[in-house]
Order: sequence, then structure tokens, then C-alpha cells
Amino acid sequence: MDTAPVTTEGPDEPDGPDATATAAPAGVANRFSEVQSSAEFGELRRAQRSFAFPLTLAFVSWYLLYVLLSNYAGDFMGSTVLGNINVAFVLGLAQFLTTFLIAWWYSRHAAAKLDPKAEALRARLEAGE
Amino acid sequence: MAGISSALHTGIPLAAGAASEHRTLIITLFSVFVAATLAITVWAGRQTKDATDFYAGGRSFTGFQNGLAISGDYMSAASFLGIAGAIALYGYDGFLYSIGFLVAWLVALLLVAEPLRNSGRFTMADALAYRLKQRPVRTAAGTSTIVVSIFYLLAQMIGAGALVALLLGASGEGSRRWIIGLVGLVMVLYVTIGGMKGTTWVQIVKAVLLILGTLLITVLVLNKVGWNVSTLLGRAAEESGKGKAFLEPGLLYGKDGTTKLNFISLGLALVLGTAGLPHILIRFYTVPTAKAARKSVNWAIGIIGAFYLMTIALGFGAAALVGSKSITASDPSGNTAAPLLAQEVGGGAGSTGGAVLLAVISAVAFATILAVVAGLTLASSASFAHDLWANVIRKGKTSEKEELLTAKCAAVVIGAVAIALSIFAHRLNAAAVVALAFAVAASANLPTILYSLFWKRFATQGALWSIYGGLISSVGLVIFSPVVSGNEKALFPGMSFDYFPLGNPGLVSIPLGFLLGWLGSLLSEPEPDADAKYAELEVRSLTGHGAH
Repeated sequence: MDTAPVTTEGPDEPDGPDATATAAPAGVANRFSEVQSSAEFGELRRAQRSFAFPLTLAFVSWYLLYVLLSNYAGDFMGSTVLGNINVAFVLGLAQFLTTFLIAWWYSRHAAAKLDPKAEALRARLEAGE
Repeated sequence: MAGISSALHTGIPLAAGAASEHRTLIITLFSVFVAATLAITVWAGRQTKDATDFYAGGRSFTGFQNGLAISGDYMSAASFLGIAGAIALYGYDGFLYSIGFLVAWLVALLLVAEPLRNSGRFTMADALAYRLKQRPVRTAAGTSTIVVSIFYLLAQMIGAGALVALLLGASGEGSRRWIIGLVGLVMVLYVTIGGMKGTTWVQIVKAVLLILGTLLITVLVLNKVGWNVSTLLGRAAEESGKGKAFLEPGLLYGKDGTTKLNFISLGLALVLGTAGLPHILIRFYTVPTAKAARKSVNWAIGIIGAFYLMTIALGFGAAALVGSKSITASDPSGNTAAPLLAQEVGGGAGSTGGAVLLAVISAVAFATILAVVAGLTLASSASFAHDLWANVIRKGKTSEKEELLTAKCAAVVIGAVAIALSIFAHRLNAAAVVALAFAVAASANLPTILYSLFWKRFATQGALWSIYGGLISSVGLVIFSPVVSGNEKALFPGMSFDYFPLGNPGLVSIPLGFLLGWLGSLLSEPEPDADAKYAELEVRSLTGHGAH
């Protein structure tokens, strides 16, 4: 993303109790823009988005596919797998399994690829204060 | 729709005959729960000194503790009694609910929990108003927080009143009102005295009780069928009288094209609603860091997932061991399936084991309702005090003391409103009310949450269009749906203004919420300072710099 132009305009309501949280002075905003356009931050953002966005698309599609199969593919869903267990039941359990796996996978990714980058950037920001 | 939803969300065990014999035991167990949780609340109250303590429990909870508390907030009586009942009566179609409720948590984990934790402070609106015009956006987000919470709250209160009255055998109008009032009072005490710290501990205690109770029944059921799931399913299908169809999709939603569309609509609302529920979102503020927020969602996914897996044993177990005839005889929508199953696996009606298990499970159901109701009251009173009062009405010129006093007064008022509504509207279909809460959350809150976190061009007008548009369209479509009028199961069976054929508005109102947010932003000027503000939000939400 491109470097934000620094303006001297203050935020619209600087007097709220959250003023410090929601509206940084121009100098600080400038630093945020600097960090935002840094290569390290670009990597952190890419590591987050390129993982979370496609995965979200995937699990929502998988869930909707399952809903649609339940609605419109009754014969397929009713076919026997083992004993009284049918395809519908197995696919339902598979939704549980994929949910657990995605949660675990994302956490592993976050711990390895996101947390160290985020911590380094935070340390840099806090040192600059 | 009406059938399964009322099974899911009213939560009314009607084990009238069986329960009346063992009232003393139920009352004792429930009183112990209330006494213990009130003691915790008083203890937590003593440690609650400032706004961070009251709204966010001092941000002192660990990921595991908060994961339990999230589970406690999420697994309402609807899940425990409703899904078990829905599976017991409709077989496979009931199980579909468990899946939607669980998968929904991935949206919260991957997209919302961590950035929200880093950029917000006390309420959902904190994060939404971050880089937009504070007052109008806070007003909108505060309004939708209160609307979602009150509808959710109302549903729980209706269920609570009916549950208490029926189990205690006090079916008269007078005792029902008295009991609803008492439930409301306990819940207001939790919130005003204990704040977020007290409420969180109540959720933790309740979650542990609910998991243990469910686990006990599951083990006893599996033991009866020789630990063979296929045997359990076979027996359930046989006892249901519907044969193989009981184990296949379609028993409830497969009737025609409209019921199928309705199912898609409901599925969409469930999977996208969770990440927009304000009482769930503010739980992310009770932990110190985004990492802890991630951890708490992971624990919640594990606990809630295990719980929903056990609903399979509960539901099919009730179908196999209690039988749908006995279940429908006790309660037409199946809400008593779990307590009846507890009685059955404990040794059957009339046995001591059966009586004890029935009492335990009923007390757990009470605890569940009480805890969920407290969480909702806290979310809405916090939003009123912090968003509407402190930042909009008083424009930030208020002391923390005044803000907290306002929050406590708001909790009393919201409690009173809930009590009043449920007294006058206890005939209301609680199902419509909770389904509405999920659909409203997905339509009015989720688009703004995602746009404000991930889209630089998002503007105040987009947020307002999306929140108000989602709110009005989802509430409006429910008003004109078959839930409210046009058939004998509706809220007003005598009237007919059911112009919208689906019981759940999600299929229309959720895409509309996203569309309005996008359109409203593009049709307005970019926010002044948009680049700098987005830079600040993005850096803070990803790095956790300056997080409260």
C-alpha cells in the first residue's frame, strides 16, 4: 500500500474519553504510515491475509456445499457407508474435523509466521516513543 | 422452520409428572448454584474498581479461562435442550444445527478476534468507530448491539420463565410472573455487582457444569448401546417409526423449494451471525493480548465442538431410548428430550437414579439460562453507557464513575425491560426471536466489522447504511414472515401479512448489509485522513501496538 500523505488535520472528535485510542496526533499518525509502508509490515500483512482470506473462502464454500448437498442430493447423502452410518453422517462429522483442523492449522501458522513479525514491529514502535 | 426452531430456542422441559415428584431436589441444586455464583459475584465485585474491571474483567483472564467463558456464553439452553430435542424428533435435520453453530467460530478466529482485541477497548462499537466519525457510527453500532441483545435476552427470559414454571409445577400466571421477576433480579445482581469479572466466572462455572452433565449422559447412553454408534443410530431410526429417512437430510426441511431455501437462509445466518454477536465479541477484551484472544477462541472451538458432538448422543439417544412418542407427549417440540433421557439412563421414571439425574440436568439447564442472560445484559448495558451515553450524549465529557453508574443503571433498566416484555409477551415464539438475533447480527454487524478492519475506502456513510439497512431489513422481513402471521404456529395466528415466504431473513438481509456498506462508502467522499487513519488501524490491529 502507498505511503499516506501526512495531514495536520486532527480527528473529528478529539475530546472523547477514547481520544487517545482513536485519534493519534499527526506526528504519531505519520509514524503509523511509515510503519505501514515498511517492507516488514508488508510481509506481516501478506502472511496474515494470504492465509486467512483463501482459507475463509474455502471453509465457507465447503460448509455451503454441505448445506446444498443436504438440500438437493438426498440419495447421495443417504447412501450407506458402514452399518447405519451414511454419507450425510460422515460429511457432518467431517465438518467438525475440518473445523478443528483449520483452527489448529491457523494457530500454528500464526505462532510461526505472524507473532514474531508482529512482536518485532511492536517493539520497534514502542522504542520510538 | 417453526417446528425445529421452537424446539431449538424455547427450552421448555415439560417433564411435568416426573419432575413434580422431585421438585425439592431441583430447587436445592439450583439454589446451591445461585448461592455459589452470587458469592463469586460479590467477591468479583470487591475487585472491580475501574472501567476496565467492570467492562473487561481487568483484562486479567487467561486464554483457557476465557475459552470456557465464551463456551458458557454460547452454549445456551437452545443448544442443550433444543438441539437434543430437534435431533430426537427430526433426526439428521436437527444435527445440521450443531454444525452451523460450530463452523461459525472459524470466521471469528480467522478474521475478527485478534484485530478486534487489538483495536477495541470495551464494546463492539469501539472497533467500528475507530477510523470513522465517532458519534454517528457509535450511535448505530450501539443501537444494533442493544437490539440484538434484547431480542436474544427476551428469548432466554421467555424460556427461563416457562422452564421454571413448568418444572416447579407452578403453571399459574401469577407464579410465572413472580419467577420471571426473580430470574431477572438474580441476573441484574450478577451484572451490577460483579461486572465482567463476576459474569465471566459465572460463565466458567456454568460451562463446566454443562459439559460434565452432557458428558455423563453421553457415557451412559453409549454404555447402553455397547459403545457402538451404528447400533445407536439403528435403534433411533427404528424407534422413530421413520426408518432410514430419520438418518437422512430432509425430514424437516426437505418438503418443498421454499423450505429448502429457508434452510439455506438459516444456514447462512448461523455461520455468519456468531462473529457479529456483541456479547460474544466483548469477551475478547477480557484477555490481555491478541494471542490470548486467539487461544481463547481455540479453546472455545474445542469445548463447543466436543459439546455439539455429544448432542448426537443426546438426541439420537433420546430417540432410541425414550422414543419420540413419549417425547412429544411431554413436549410437542421436543425440548424435554434431554431431561427425559437423563431420567431414562439414570434408571427410569420412579427410580432414585432417574430422579437424581433428572434434577441434575434440569438444574444445569437453569444455570445455563441464567448465565447467558447475564452475559447479554452486560453487553447491552456496557454499550449503552460507553457508546451512547459517554460518547454520544455526553460527548466524552463524563467521568469514569458516572459512566459506570450509567452502565449499572442501564443493566437494571434492561433487566426490567426484559422482565416486562417477557411477562406481556410470554406467548411469543422464542424461536423467532433468537433466529432474528443471529440474522440481525450477521446483517447489521458483520459487514461493518469486516469492512472497517480490511477495507481502506470504507466510509461513515457505508457503515450507517450497512448497520441501519441490515437492521431494518432483517427485522422487517421477520415481521412479514410466516413466523409472525399467516398460520396457526405464528405469533399472530389470526392475522395474515406473511408476504415474505422464508422464516429466516438471512438470505436477503445479509447480502443487502454487505452491499449497502460497499455502496454507501463508494457514493460518499472518502473520510478525511482516510489513509493515515487506516494506517493506524492496520498497524495497531496487526501488531497490537498501543492496545488497551
